[in-house]
Amino acid sequence: MLSEDVRLDHRIIAGVVEAGSKILDLGCGNGDLMYLLAREKSARVQGIELDEAAIYECVKKGLSVIHGDIEEGLREYPDASFDDVILNQSIQQVRKVDEVFEQALRIGRRIIVGFPNFAHLGARSMLFFRGTSPMTKSLPYRWNDTPNVRFLSVTDFKRFCVEHALRILESHYLGGTKEVRFWPNLLAKDALFVLAKP
Amino acid sequence: MTKKGHPVGVVETQYLTFAGGAEPLRLESGKTLGPVRLAYETYGHLNEDRSNAILVLHALSADAHAAGHFKGSRDPGWWDAMIGPGKAFDTDLYFVICSNVIGGCKGSTGPSSLNLKTGKPYGLEFPIITIGDMVEAQRHLIDFLGIDQLLCVVGGSMGGMQALQWAAGCPKRVRAVIPIATALKNSPQQIAFNEVVRQSIMADPTWREGNYYDYGQPERGLAIARMLGHITFMSDQSMEEKFSRRLKNGNYSFKFGADFEVESYLRYRGDNFVKRFDANSYLYVTKALDYFDVSNGRLVGSNGCERIRFLVISFKSDWLYPPYQSQEIVKELKRKACDVTYCEIASTYGHDAFLLEVKEQTNLIRPFLDKTFHGYEVAEYAV
Repeated sequence: MLSEDVRLDHRIIAGVVEAGSKILDLGCGNGDLMYLLAREKSARVQGIELDEAAIYECVKKGLSVIHGDIEEGLREYPDASFDDVILNQSIQQVRKVDEVFEQALRIGRRIIVGFPNFAHLGARSMLFFRGTSPMTKSLPYRWNDTPNVRFLSVTDFKRFCVEHALRILESHYLGGTKEVRFWPNLLAKDALFVLAKP
Repeated sequence: MTKKGHPVGVVETQYLTFAGGAEPLRLESGKTLGPVRLAYETYGHLNEDRSNAILVLHALSADAHAAGHFKGSRDPGWWDAMIGPGKAFDTDLYFVICSNVIGGCKGSTGPSSLNLKTGKPYGLEFPIITIGDMVEAQRHLIDFLGIDQLLCVVGGSMGGMQALQWAAGCPKRVRAVIPIATALKNSPQQIAFNEVVRQSIMADPTWREGNYYDYGQPERGLAIARMLGHITFMSDQSMEEKFSRRLKNGNYSFKFGADFEVESYLRYRGDNFVKRFDANSYLYVTKALDYFDVSNGRLVGSNGCERIRFLVISFKSDWLYPPYQSQEIVKELKRKACDVTYCEIASTYGHDAFLLEVKEQTNLIRPFLDKTFHGYEVAEYAV
C-alpha cells in the first residue's frame, strides 16, 4: 500500500500498472509518477515533456525523457511498443486530441488518462453564482494565463470514448483526498480512465 | 576525494603507433594507411573491472588535449570545464580518454605527416579518411588500453558523429552514447559550407596542390576558410551581444580596413588558426564530415540497441547543426525502441554552445552517467 503522502492520482495509477510494464508517460512533468512506477512497480518508463526545466528534474531522477511535443512525438514509435501510455493531466493541454489518442492506442496496449473535470460542483457554482470562469484546485489558472486549451467533463469524455470506440476498462473519480462514488460528473474534481481498443 | 571543481592538473599527450608493417589500417575507401599514430590523453583512473572508461571525441579542429594543462603552460584543455573532479565527467569516478583523429594535424597521422614511402609529407597522397576510419583507429586505442566496453562515448559536432559511429560500428563496445550538437548526416547546407571552406583553401595559389610544406601554409585561403567557420559557430544573437555594430576606432575609415569589431575578430581568428591547423587537414576532415551518413537505419542495426543508452543534446540557437537534426537522431532511436533521453538547451551561443553551456550539460550528463554506471534497468520495450 502506498503512503498517503503520494498523490491520489499517482496511487491509483500505480495500482493500475502491472509490475514490470513498459510505460510511456506523455507530459511527464518532473518525473514523479515515472519515478514512482519505476520504483514501486519495476516499470520500464520513458517520458516526453515540453518544459526544459522538467527535463533536468527527470534526468536527475535517473529517468529517460525526451524533450518535445507529445503531438509530434509519437509517430516514430513502433506499434505496441508499450503496455501503458499515460496521459495524466496533460490531455487538457493537447490540441490534436484525436491524433494523440489514435497514436497512443497504436503504440500502447492501454491508455491511462487523467484530467480535471470541468463540470465539478465547484466549477459549476463559480460559473452559475459568480458568473466567472472556474478556478479550482484542479483548474487553478485564470482565463488569461491557463495552459489548458481543452475543457472537458466526465460526461464529455465518456461520450468521446463512445464516439472513438475506446473501451473503458476502469474509471476512477477523484475528490480531494479520496475516490468519489456517486454522481462523478458533479462531485469528481478529477477523473482517471483506463482505456483499450474495443 | 579531490575537492569539487578541482582542475585535472598537469597532463601529457600520449601516442599510440599501430598498423605498421604487414597489417596497415584498411580504410573505407579501399585504400590502406600505415603505420598509424594516434594522439590521446587520459584523466582519472581505470577501475579494476575496467568498466569506468569514457571516450571523449573532439570537433573539427580540436585535439586530444581536452582537460588539464601541459607542464609550463596555463592553457586548459578545450573541455576542461566539463572534465575533472566533481565535474560532468568526474575524474574521481571515471577514467576519461580523449582521442585525436587520423587525418588531422594534432599529433595523429594526417596529410602533414611523413610518408615513409617517399620521405616527404603525404600532402594529397594521403588517403581520404571517413568518420568510420577515425573510429576504427580509436578502436585500436581502446583495445590497446585493455577496455572491452566503454561506459560512454561522447562528443560535440564532429565528435558527436564519431560517438554515433561508435554506436553504429561497435555497438557491443559502448554502454552509453552522448551525441551533442550533431547529426546523422550533413545536410546540403553543411556540405555547401564545407565546400566553400575547401575551395577557399584550394583557390590560394600558395596551396600548390597540397605540396606547400616546404614553403609554408596557404595562409590567406586557410584564414578565410576559418572565418567562414566562425560565423557558423555563433548565432545571430551571440554576435549581436558580442560585437553589435561596435567600431574598432570609433569612426568609419572609408577604406576597406576592419572597421567593425566583428571584422577584426574574424581576421584575428583566421590568422590565429593558420598558426595551429594544417590546411590539408582542414580539407580532409571536412570531407570526412560530408561523407558521414548513419541515417536510414544505419545508426542502430536490426538487433536493436544492444542495451545502449543515449543522451542526445542540442542547442536552440545552433543553426549549423540545428535541433531538428538531433531530433532526427531521436526519431531513429525511437523507431528502434532504444533508451533515449533528449534535451534541447535554450542557449543563445549557437553551435559553440557545447563548449560553453557547462551547467546545463553537467546537469544532464552527471546523473545520466551515474545511472548508466550503477546498472540502470534499460527500457527495452519490444519492437
